[in-house]
Parts: sequence; C-alpha cells; structure tokens
Amino acid sequence: MKHTVSVLVENKSGVLARVAGLFSGRGFNIDSLTVGETQDPSMSRMTIVVNGDDAVLEQVNKQLNKLIDVVKVQDFKTASFVEAELVVMKLHSNSKTRSEIVQIADIFHGKILDVTDKNIIIEATGTTDKVDSLINLLRPYGIKEMARTGKVALAKG
Amino acid sequence: MGKTGAEIIMEALRKEKVEAVFGYPGGAVIDIFDMLFNSDINFYLVRHEQGAAHAADGYARATGKVGVCLATSGPGATNLVTGLATAYMDSIPMVALCGQVPTSMIGNDAFQEADITGITRPVTKHNYLVKNVDELPQVIKEAFYIASSGRPGPVLIDLPKDIQKAVTKVPYPDTIKMRSYQPTYEGHIKQVEKLAQAIKKAKRPVIYAGGGMLISGAHKELLELVDKTNIPVTTTLLGLGCFPETHPLSLKMLGMHGSQFANYAVMETDLLISIGARFDDRVTGKIDEFAPNAKIAHIDIDPSAISKNLTVHIPVVGDAKDVLQKLNKIVEPGDTAEWCETIRKWKEQYPLAYKDDADIIKPQYVVEKIYEVTGGDAIISTEVGQNQMWAAQFFKYTHPRQFLSSGGLGTMGYGFPAAIGAQVAFPDKLVFDIAGDGSFQMNIQELATAVCHELPVKVAILNNGYLGMVRQWQELFYSKRYSGTCLLKEKGCIHNCDEKSCGSTLIPDFVKVAEGYSAVGMRIFKKQDVVPALEEAIKTKRTVVMDFVVAKEENVFPMVPAGASLRQMLSGIS
Repeated sequence: MKHTVSVLVENKSGVLARVAGLFSGRGFNIDSLTVGETQDPSMSRMTIVVNGDDAVLEQVNKQLNKLIDVVKVQDFKTASFVEAELVVMKLHSNSKTRSEIVQIADIFHGKILDVTDKNIIIEATGTTDKVDSLINLLRPYGIKEMARTGKVALAKG
Repeated sequence: MGKTGAEIIMEALRKEKVEAVFGYPGGAVIDIFDMLFNSDINFYLVRHEQGAAHAADGYARATGKVGVCLATSGPGATNLVTGLATAYMDSIPMVALCGQVPTSMIGNDAFQEADITGITRPVTKHNYLVKNVDELPQVIKEAFYIASSGRPGPVLIDLPKDIQKAVTKVPYPDTIKMRSYQPTYEGHIKQVEKLAQAIKKAKRPVIYAGGGMLISGAHKELLELVDKTNIPVTTTLLGLGCFPETHPLSLKMLGMHGSQFANYAVMETDLLISIGARFDDRVTGKIDEFAPNAKIAHIDIDPSAISKNLTVHIPVVGDAKDVLQKLNKIVEPGDTAEWCETIRKWKEQYPLAYKDDADIIKPQYVVEKIYEVTGGDAIISTEVGQNQMWAAQFFKYTHPRQFLSSGGLGTMGYGFPAAIGAQVAFPDKLVFDIAGDGSFQMNIQELATAVCHELPVKVAILNNGYLGMVRQWQELFYSKRYSGTCLLKEKGCIHNCDEKSCGSTLIPDFVKVAEGYSAVGMRIFKKQDVVPALEEAIKTKRTVVMDFVVAKEENVFPMVPAGASLRQMLSGIS
C-alpha cells in the first residue's frame, strides 16, 4: 500500500539526512521524496510516498514526529488532498512519429520543451496515475531519458 | 564586550547546574579545557572517551540530572559513540560536547576530522554542528532541554575549534520554547478513565513497569496505586527499583531471565498495564504469544513506543507520574483476591533459586551476600551478560535509581565507568560494580580514573574464565562448542574443556592489575571468605577489585530461549 505523508520541517542543515536516515534505519521504504521551501523560509515541506501497511504508516508518522526538527506530520490517509508530479522525458522521434507523440502529449496537457531531428523532450504534470499512463503510452516510441520529481501534495480545504 | 564560545560553554554549564564533566582532552578542545582549568566545575579525566560517556550516563541514571561528557574531534568523538548509543537505547539524559576541526577545514579530511553529527545521528536524540558562534547559546540551551525532557536521551554538540574562540554578544537564554518539540506530559483524562474502568473489571491484572517509571519519578504513585488496587507488579531490567522487591506483590523481573512467577503472571493476566516500558524482545519472548489473554494498557510519554511491537487497547500518552496521579484519584479496586493468592502460591512454589555448593563459590551467592552485607543500601551497576542477570535476580532492589545497567544496547564495559559516575554523584554511598571477567576488561583502564579521583568504587568480578552468557547459549543450543568464549584458551587448545587440560594461568591477574593502578586487589577462592572480603572492601575507603573465582559453568536460570514463548521457560534446577 502506498501512502502520502506531508512533513513540515525546520529548514536546517541535516534535516533531510535525519528524515532519510530514519527511513533507512527503521527499514521503511520510500517511493519518492520531494523537499522545498514553504511560504515561510524557515520551514520546508517534504512530501514522502511510503510503501507499507497501516502499522508501518503509523510508525512512520510517530517516528517522524519524534524527530526534533519535524514541526508537523500530515498523513493523507484520511484527509482528501491534491497532488501533482512533474515528469520530463526525452524520446526518440523522427518525422514519422513526431506528430503522434505531440498528439499524445497534448491529451495530457504536456509541453514540448525541445525538438531535434532525432529526439523530442516533453514535460507534463499531473497526479502520479496520470503521469504513469502518459509514460506507458509513450514507452513504445522509446524513452531515452526520464526524470520525475516525485509527488507534492497539499490537503484540500 | 562579548564572550568567546568557550566562555559561553562554561556559562551554560554553570547555568544548567552541571557539577561534573567527564572527558578527555585533545587539540580541538584545548580552548574549552583552558576554561575548565580555573573553573568550579569538577572535571574527571577518564582514560578512554567511552569511559567518559558511560560515566556521564551512570551519573545521570543515579541522579536523574543531565550527564555531561567532553571529547576532542575525530577519534575522541567516535570513541563516544558506544556510550551515546547505550544512553539512547535506555533514554538517559546526556549532553556530549566534542571538538571539531575549524569550520574552514570541515570536509577537507583534516587531521582528526570525523563527521560526528553524521555518525551519531541514529544514536542520539538530536545533535548539532555549530557553524556560527551567535547560535551557540541557543544550541546549548536547546541541547539540555531536549536531553532532559519528554523521553530523555543523549544530545551531541559538535564544536569547531574556531567557534570556541569566536566572540558573540548573544546572551545565554533563560527560557526556551521550540515549535517543533513539545512533549506531552499530561495524560488524557478520557484514556485514564478507560484504564480505571478496565482495572475495576479485571480479575487477574498485572503492572509491567519499566525504566520510564524511574525517569518520571513515579514510584510513590505506583505504590499508592498498588495499595489501592492490589495489583501485582513486575518490572523490566531497567525498571528495577521502581517498586520495592520486598513488597508481597512484587513479581521481580520478567522476561528471558525473569522469575517464573512473573512470566506465569504475564501469561495468565487479563489486563496488562505497561508503564514506561517498551515491550522489548527480551521481555516478551515470542511476541504473538505474549500476554495472550490480556487487554493491554500502555502508559508512555513517547507515542512511538505505543503499538510499536504489539497492539495496545488502552493507550495513554503522558508522563507516568501525571497519569498515575490522575488514575489514583478515580481508580477503584477490582476483585483480585483470588489472583493474589495464586501469585502468592507461585512465588512460594517457584522461587528464584540456585544449587548452592559447600566449597565452590556460586556467582549467585556473591550477589546475595553483597545484598546482605550492604543491607540492600547500595548503588549497583552491572556489566553485561551473566553477571548482569544474577545482579538483577539475587539483589532485592527497593529504591529508584539504585540499579544501573545497559539494558537496551547491552554494552559490555558499561558497569565500571557507570559506577564511577554514580560514585561522583554520591561520594558517601556504597557503589558496587557487579562484573564479569570479560566485560570488566573492556573498560578496565578506568581504574586510573577511580584511583586518581579517590572514588571508592567496589568491583566484584564474578570470574568464571568464560564469556559466560555466550558460553551458556553454546552449552544449551550449540552442543557445548565453546567457540571464542574461553578466556583461558591457550595456543594448542584441544577444546577439551575441563579443569585439568585447561590453562590455569590467570590472564589477567586482576589483583596485580588493581595493584598496578594503586587500587586494592583481592582474590577470593573459598565460599567462607566471600563475606569477610566484602566487609573488608566496604571498610576501606579506596577503590577495590574483588576477584571472586566462581563456578565455571554456572548458568542463568530461569531462561526463555531467544524467540520462544514465555511458556517455554527452562527452569534449570528441578
């Protein structure tokens, strides 16, 4: 089971290492982790997608809360939330496939960042599911390189 | 006019009422040592930084105050690591100060540089690398606050050399509030009410109390609860002393080497009330079969301890003292008369016992005699292994903070420096280190510390020539293949372990070692000499090493094999 956890932390050196070390030290599996400043520059928000059952998630929450630099842990198991992830992909493309790729990217509101005679670079955002389906549709054209940001999320309301 | 970093550190130590610092100097902390030279803070020079960490830990366990240790950068700091991990596992308040190379050189692989905040992150409650002297006052204030509040633990502060010299005008703060750290002390009344209702209904309740009881200082409240409700109490190793073992409802220690009656009680109970304990595997055995018929209540200040190892039905997050005070106001006793009678019978039927011998000294006998000769009024520290379990089983602990032992990490070499720390805190008390011949050697160099500071610690070595606990496992579960556990093994040993073919050279000769350090050394071979030796040791005001030559292959019983259910207890003596 995948869970999304949003963690507000003090923006201090070493805080990422503390969180990452907690996961590795206690044997929790991270699917993705993003971190960036919030509206208050003294705090950062980490969005962590963790794989595990409810008991694991409960421990993840508690152990995160136990870290001194963690201000708040929000577990999106019960709260409804919005999420987004960004993907950038470099694909093989030639005159035959180019327009098909652009069409698919359009359906997903993707953007073309760069085009050459052999390659095309696409950017798209959306939920993790949506990004996954775009990748699946484009995979047959040949993905040369890909970078995903991992999910960021905020509670609704 | 500002203050240098080193001056700020001294001011902080004074304001935090630190009376003793255990440490070892080095290039990166000379500025701090220079300040200590004319200071009213007592400095104790150890002979290895691990000793400093354990001494600070022993001081903290014996007093409840924050223990402070000080080491230089690189190897000095890495030598603290075992001591920090020991304190972390047992939730002991400590502040470790260590030097670091100048900020401009951090990351350059400079001489005696180590990334000590990186290394100690998983074994400290929190740690700091101070890169700006203006942050130093706040950092030290936070460190003492974090170390001693909530679920306590060690905090390390890494102090680059230039920070110790740099000047700041920022004053040392008087108070502190942290938005990211606010431990919950007050137990929720609804949860306390639920617990009270469960107690009223329970027919076979048991209290299982751990180290958190001592940290909270809730022993009086516990006694009141037991007086009101007649619930028997078993403690963990770390909980020893939080409930008088002389009380008729004391079940002594539970778990792997716990008393049979404690383990029976836990297996039969219908309401297990855990207070400041964490369901460690050495306590529960096979967790799926632990307290199978019980509703589990758990009082703990650390929410992450609750439902970590098994599902808890009545969680109460809060300080044990606060929760018990609230509980005592509303609790009504259930009908436990029949249960108490069962327990009384179990205690009669299955006492903690050993087969005594007319000539050979049994290690348990030595512990019993230490109890008798001291009238139970001594601080007992232990090393780790058989000595630790016998010390736990055969001394009757009645006072909080009387028993100092590395429970979670199980650190051999802990006991002696911890005893030194306790003796520093209580110069007039009797402090015994109940030791094994193996673990004592892990920090034997601290004899110099004890002697130089005139600390009359009494070391009682239960010398069986083996790393006894591992040997016991090898005897019981590995067909007596004593691999790597014989301390007398000589070149060409044919693994024929009997008195005749085994080496008889004393390695080391503890009496000579003691004398080499200007301590008193005694060797005791005969049972009738045990008591006179103890009496003599107590009479002298010097550091004493008593080398009790005990039965070589004595085992610790009862024993629950690792990973087995508490039902599968080996009693050993029938």
